[in-house]
Amino acid sequence: MRHAARWWAACAALLALLPWVPGLDGNFARSLLSQMGIAAIFAISYNLLLGQTGLLSFGHAVYFGLGGYAAIHLLRAVNGGVPIPVPFVPLAGALAGLAAGIVLGSVATRRAGTIFALITLGVGELVHAASLMLPAFFGGEEGITASRTRAPHFLGLDFGSQLQVYYVIASWLLASALLALAFMRTPVGRMCNAVRDNPERAEFIGYNPQRVRFIACSVSAMLAGLAGGLHAINYEIVTSEAVGAMRSGEVLLMVYIGGVHHFIGAIVGAIAITWLQVSLSSYTSAWLLYLGLIFMAIILYAPGGLAAILVKHAAIWRSRAMGGVLRAYALALPAALMMVGGAVTLLEIAYRLSTQPEAGARMTLFWIPMDAATPWPWLGAAAVAFAGFFLLRRVAPRVRDAWDLALHG
Amino acid sequence: MLELATFSLLNGVVYGLLLFMLSSGLTLIFSMMGVLNFAHASFFMLGAYFSWQVGRWVGFWPALAIAPLACGLVGALVERYGLRKVHPQGHVAEILFTFGLSYVIGELVVMAWGRAPIENRVPASIDFPIFTLMGTSYPFYKAMMMAISVAMFAFLWVAFKRTRVGLVIQAALTHPQMVGALGHDVQRLFVLVFAVGSALAGLAGVIGGFALLTEPNMAVALGPIVFVVVVVGGLGSIPGAFIASMLIGIVQTFAVALDYSLLDLFRAAGIPVAANSALRELYAIKIAQAAPIIPYFLLVLILVARPRGIMGTRDQ
Repeated sequence: MRHAARWWAACAALLALLPWVPGLDGNFARSLLSQMGIAAIFAISYNLLLGQTGLLSFGHAVYFGLGGYAAIHLLRAVNGGVPIPVPFVPLAGALAGLAAGIVLGSVATRRAGTIFALITLGVGELVHAASLMLPAFFGGEEGITASRTRAPHFLGLDFGSQLQVYYVIASWLLASALLALAFMRTPVGRMCNAVRDNPERAEFIGYNPQRVRFIACSVSAMLAGLAGGLHAINYEIVTSEAVGAMRSGEVLLMVYIGGVHHFIGAIVGAIAITWLQVSLSSYTSAWLLYLGLIFMAIILYAPGGLAAILVKHAAIWRSRAMGGVLRAYALALPAALMMVGGAVTLLEIAYRLSTQPEAGARMTLFWIPMDAATPWPWLGAAAVAFAGFFLLRRVAPRVRDAWDLALHG
Repeated sequence: MLELATFSLLNGVVYGLLLFMLSSGLTLIFSMMGVLNFAHASFFMLGAYFSWQVGRWVGFWPALAIAPLACGLVGALVERYGLRKVHPQGHVAEILFTFGLSYVIGELVVMAWGRAPIENRVPASIDFPIFTLMGTSYPFYKAMMMAISVAMFAFLWVAFKRTRVGLVIQAALTHPQMVGALGHDVQRLFVLVFAVGSALAGLAGVIGGFALLTEPNMAVALGPIVFVVVVVGGLGSIPGAFIASMLIGIVQTFAVALDYSLLDLFRAAGIPVAANSALRELYAIKIAQAAPIIPYFLLVLILVARPRGIMGTRDQ
C-alpha cells in the first residue's frame, strides 16, 4: 500500500512539474497539455467500457458532450451570480454524464457485443441530430459560450491563465485515474472483467451480466461527463460537434492505439493521438488518413497497442538483452523509414493535387523539390516504398528472433 | 393530396429498395462471417465514384457493370489481406478493422476526387419520363432503380436456394468445420461472400449515387441508417432487412412531406401551450425537420419493445 501511495505521489509531482519543463512552459504547450489531460480522462472512461467490460461503444461522445453542455450552462449561471468556483463546475458535467449514462445505458446495455455497438451508434446519431434541432439548449451551429474568469475566485485564483486551468485539469485527471483504478478493484469492477471474458459463467455464479454492464456504463459515462465539463471550462465554448460521431471515433482510436489490456494504455493513447492531431494537422491535411492507417496497422500487427509494446520493452530491458534487440532494430529502421517515407510521399503528392489544385504541381516534400506533372516523383517514391517493403520483410524475422532470444532465452 | 401520397409512396419505395440493397449485402456478410462491416457504406460510396469516373471514360452502361465489379475486387482484397489476418483476434477486432477501413476509404476518396461534391448527374440516356400520373411525370431512372434492386433480390434468392455454391455457403453458415471436412474451401467462400457483398453495395452506389449527393461524406451520412435497418429488421435476417428498409424508406419520405408539428396538433385539439414554456421549442419542431432522426428513434423504440428486431429469432 505504501508503495502505491509513493507511486501516486510521483504521478502528482510529475503532473505539477510538467508545465515548467523547458519546452513545455509556453502557452501553446500548456494548452496542448490541458488538451491531453481532458483526452486522457475521456480515454480512461472509455477504457472502463472497452477494456474492462468488453463493450464496444460508437457513441461515447454523447456523455462527453452532454457533460460539456451541463457545465457550460452552469458556468453561465455562475457568470450570472451563482457562487460556485470554477474548479467545481466540471462536477455538473459528471452529474449530467451519470444521468445520461443511467437513462441511455439502461436501453443500450440490454444487449452486449455487436448489437451494443450498433445501439450506441444509433443513440449517438439521435443525440447529435437532436442537438441541431434544439438550439435553445445546444446553441445550434455556433454553440454556447461562457466566461470562466467572471466567477468567484478560488484560493485567490481567477483561472484567467492557461496554467491555472491546466492545474484544474491535472487534479481532476489524477482523481479520475484513482477513481477508475479503485472501481476496477471493487467486486463490481472484477465482475466487469468476468462479464467481458465469459458472461455465461458470470451468470452461473449469481450475477446478472446486464446489471454489471449497466453499472460499468454509468460509471464510465460519469467520467466522460467530467471530461466534457473540463472541455467546457478549458475552451469556454461547447458546440454540437462535442456530441458528434467524430469525437466518439476519436476516443475509440485513442484507446485502441494506446492499448486496451493495460490501464496506462488509454492515457498513452490519449497523449499520442492528441499530439499527432496537433502536430500532423499543421503539416498535412491528410492526417485523418494517417490516423486510420496507423489504427489498422496496430490492429493487424500490434493488437496490444502502444502499451503492450512499452511493456514488452520494459521486460527486455529488465532481462538485460536490449543490445541484441537494438542491433536488430538498427537493421530494420532504414527499411521501415524507406517504406513509410516513400508511401507518405506518394500520398502527399496525390492529396495536394486533389485538395489544393490551385497550388500547382510543383512542391517540396522531405526537402526535395519535385514536379508532380512529370511521372518521376511518383515512380521514385513508389520504388523507394516497395524497396523498403521488401527489405522490411527480409529483416522482420531477425527482429522476431531478437525478441524471442531476449524474452525466452 | 392523393398525388402527394402516391409520389411519396413511390419515392419511399425507391429509397427503401436502395436501403435494402445496402442492408442485404451487410446482412449477407454478417450472417456468413459474423463480421459487421463498418466499411459497407464506404463501398457504396466507392461504387458511386467509380461509376462516375468510368462513366466519363466509357459511358454509363459499361460503368453499371464495371463499378460494382471493381468494388467486389476491392472487397476481395480487403478480406484476403486484411480481415483474414484479424479473424483470430475475435469480432471486436474485426469490427474495428472495418471501422478503420472506413476512415481510410473516405480519405482516399478525398485524395482521388477532392473534398467538394462531384457533379454526378443522372445520365441523359436514362433520364426521361416513363409515365405521367395526375400531371406529374415519373422519371425512367427511378423505375430502373426499382427494377435493378428487385432483380438483385431475385438473383440472391436463386443463387442461394438453387445453386450448388449457394447451398455450400448456406451450410457453411452453421457448420463451417463440417463443410471444410467435406473438401470445400471455406476460406475461399469467405472471400467470395465478402466480394459479392461489396459488389452489391457498389451496385447500390451506382444507381443510388445520383439520388444522393456524391461527396466524401456520403458514407458517414448513410452508414448509420443502414445499421439501423439491420438491427430493426433483426440482425442476420434478409426478410427482416427488407421489411425494415421499406418501413424506414417510406416513413422517412412521408415525413419529409409533412409540414406539421406537435404545436399544430395541440392547437387543433384545443390544448393551450404557454408561449414561454420550456418545451415549446420541442413541440414546434416540424415532422419534416425531424425526418433525419426518425430511423434512430425507431431503433430505440424497437430495442425497448422487441430487442431482437422484427424478424430476429434469437437474443444474442
